[in-house]
Amino acid sequence: MMINGAGATFPYPIYSKWFDEYAKVDPSVRFNYQSIGSGGGQKQILAQTVDFGASDGPMSDENLSKAPGKILHIPTVAGAVVITYNLDGNPALRLDGDTIANIFLGKIKNWNDPKIAASNPGAKLPDKEIVVVHRSDGSGTTFIFTDYLSKISGEWKEKAGNNTSVNWPTGIGGKGNEGVAGQVKQTPGALGYVELIYATQNKMPYAEVKNAAGEFMKPTLESITAALATANIPDDFRFSMTNAPGKDAYPIAGATWLLVYQQQKDAAKGKKLVEFLKWSLTDGEKMAKDLQYAPLPESVQQRVLTRIGEIKM
Amino acid sequence: MEIAILPAPKAFGAPDDPRSVARAMAPPSRFGDKAFQWLTLAMALAVVVLVVLTGWQLWRGSSLAIQKFGFHFLVTSTWDPVAEQFGALPFIYGTLVSSLIALLIAVPLSIATAVYLTELAPLWIRQPLVSLIEMLAAIPSVILGLWGIFVMVPWLRDYPFPSLKRLFGWTPFFSGPIYGTSMLAGGIIIAIMILPIITSVSREILRSVPDLQREAAYALGATRWEVTRLAVLSYARKGLFGAVILGLGRALGETMAVTMVIGNTPQTAASLFKPGYTLASVIANEFTEATTDVYLGALFEIGLVLFGVTILVNLIAQLLLKTMTTTTSATRAVQ
Repeated sequence: MMINGAGATFPYPIYSKWFDEYAKVDPSVRFNYQSIGSGGGQKQILAQTVDFGASDGPMSDENLSKAPGKILHIPTVAGAVVITYNLDGNPALRLDGDTIANIFLGKIKNWNDPKIAASNPGAKLPDKEIVVVHRSDGSGTTFIFTDYLSKISGEWKEKAGNNTSVNWPTGIGGKGNEGVAGQVKQTPGALGYVELIYATQNKMPYAEVKNAAGEFMKPTLESITAALATANIPDDFRFSMTNAPGKDAYPIAGATWLLVYQQQKDAAKGKKLVEFLKWSLTDGEKMAKDLQYAPLPESVQQRVLTRIGEIKM
Repeated sequence: MEIAILPAPKAFGAPDDPRSVARAMAPPSRFGDKAFQWLTLAMALAVVVLVVLTGWQLWRGSSLAIQKFGFHFLVTSTWDPVAEQFGALPFIYGTLVSSLIALLIAVPLSIATAVYLTELAPLWIRQPLVSLIEMLAAIPSVILGLWGIFVMVPWLRDYPFPSLKRLFGWTPFFSGPIYGTSMLAGGIIIAIMILPIITSVSREILRSVPDLQREAAYALGATRWEVTRLAVLSYARKGLFGAVILGLGRALGETMAVTMVIGNTPQTAASLFKPGYTLASVIANEFTEATTDVYLGALFEIGLVLFGVTILVNLIAQLLLKTMTTTTSATRAVQ
């Protein structure tokens, strides 16, 4: 039996690992997943051309209202967005949300700005223009980052807002994580945002960010899971975990979701899909850390499993 | 008398035709001809249908955006997916300016290369050079883009751009801070991409200039430069223009490599050091993650605009070509 899915690119590595491993658990099911982007995933599940969709952002009310049936959001794993930069000697940096927002608003223009210096008393900050780099392609990474900025800064919310791509007040656009990373690496004085995995793999420096509890946190799998544990998660699982209140939470993080219909049309296929979802939320979650994704905390796993149990054939 | 002979095929099929061999052959060969004619007609029509369908599909896809923004879409500069306000002006501007820069760089280079290869180069150097140029055309655009980010842009930023700024910084075109990624970098990468196509086509055209032309000019005592200029280049002018138009066609639609070095910022800045954006790039960047209908419609409309710009530029080129040929024949008539 072939189960078809399409959508987000961010979780693609772990999903393909799951499909591989699950073939050993139940050899009768095969998965075909097209990582065409979250927008595509939402469109295809709405058009019912796939058995499940995948998205890095929850679906909007408007899009959900177009669905022929009730669509469930199943969160799977989470990742962080980090602030990376290029300065001589790459000193460790600490940034608070307000400073990040003002840099991306184009109001803090120079590295020697007192607002940056205030959180970095020891660091030698040059008299150099900050070259802001952002994603030019629509992406879940941008969605998470602008979601964070919109929560932190009223001005950001009003001027740019939150989406997979926005009307950037300043900066240069790089295509993909590799585009932003390349741009930052090549430009002295540059500052941009990329996925955590991308920064660690490329050995790029990234800043500690002040969370809602006032602590400067390094983005790690633990601090992302801590954010998930303290984020306010409603029953439809359409949540945002940026600026989570926990003391150990890294504030710029987001989950990724699988999208399935609550009422499955094909009973046999639906049964297999539910079995897979249950497996991925339990055994599958254990594989997350090896691939640099933050797993869901126990409490959230249980809630999601209950919801999966409500899928009807 | 002679005119009567012309409809020969009919005469072949006539029953009282004495040439029996011809009669035996005639019907199948005529059928083959007809079939071939229909087949080729169908192929040619398929191309037309394809163009029309593309245009129609783009129009249909963008209907929502056309209704919402109307003509303003073409003249406004805001591109805000959050507020769903869309205007295409910076993208149209970026596409035209980057293509123009590319042509300014690539056309003299390509034609000079083609002239060297056909008129001047010793034989042993021609084939290796031609192969190298054709290899340039085979480099995938995404590879060229990566090379652009990691090699070309930092080099441009550190060496040529500061010099340009020193020399021409007083003009609006080379003013402001230098980041490397810029409209100029985008134009340069397009120039690299269209160079092989213009060179190859130009070379074929120059090779097709009859040797009689050259020999006649030499016979009149012309120098090599005069032969090239008067006998070869002016003879091949029309064809060379066609080669440039082919290059322009590719420049307008070039996407991947440009996206990686142009900076992707929708603005209409005079300074070529500032980042820009092109029509093709914004589609490639935002299509996969566009979730709302108006947003998607706006991206479709960008496609429609690109389609229109390409057709318009080609039409203008055809017109130019026409006036060019009429003036040349007029000059010839005077001479």
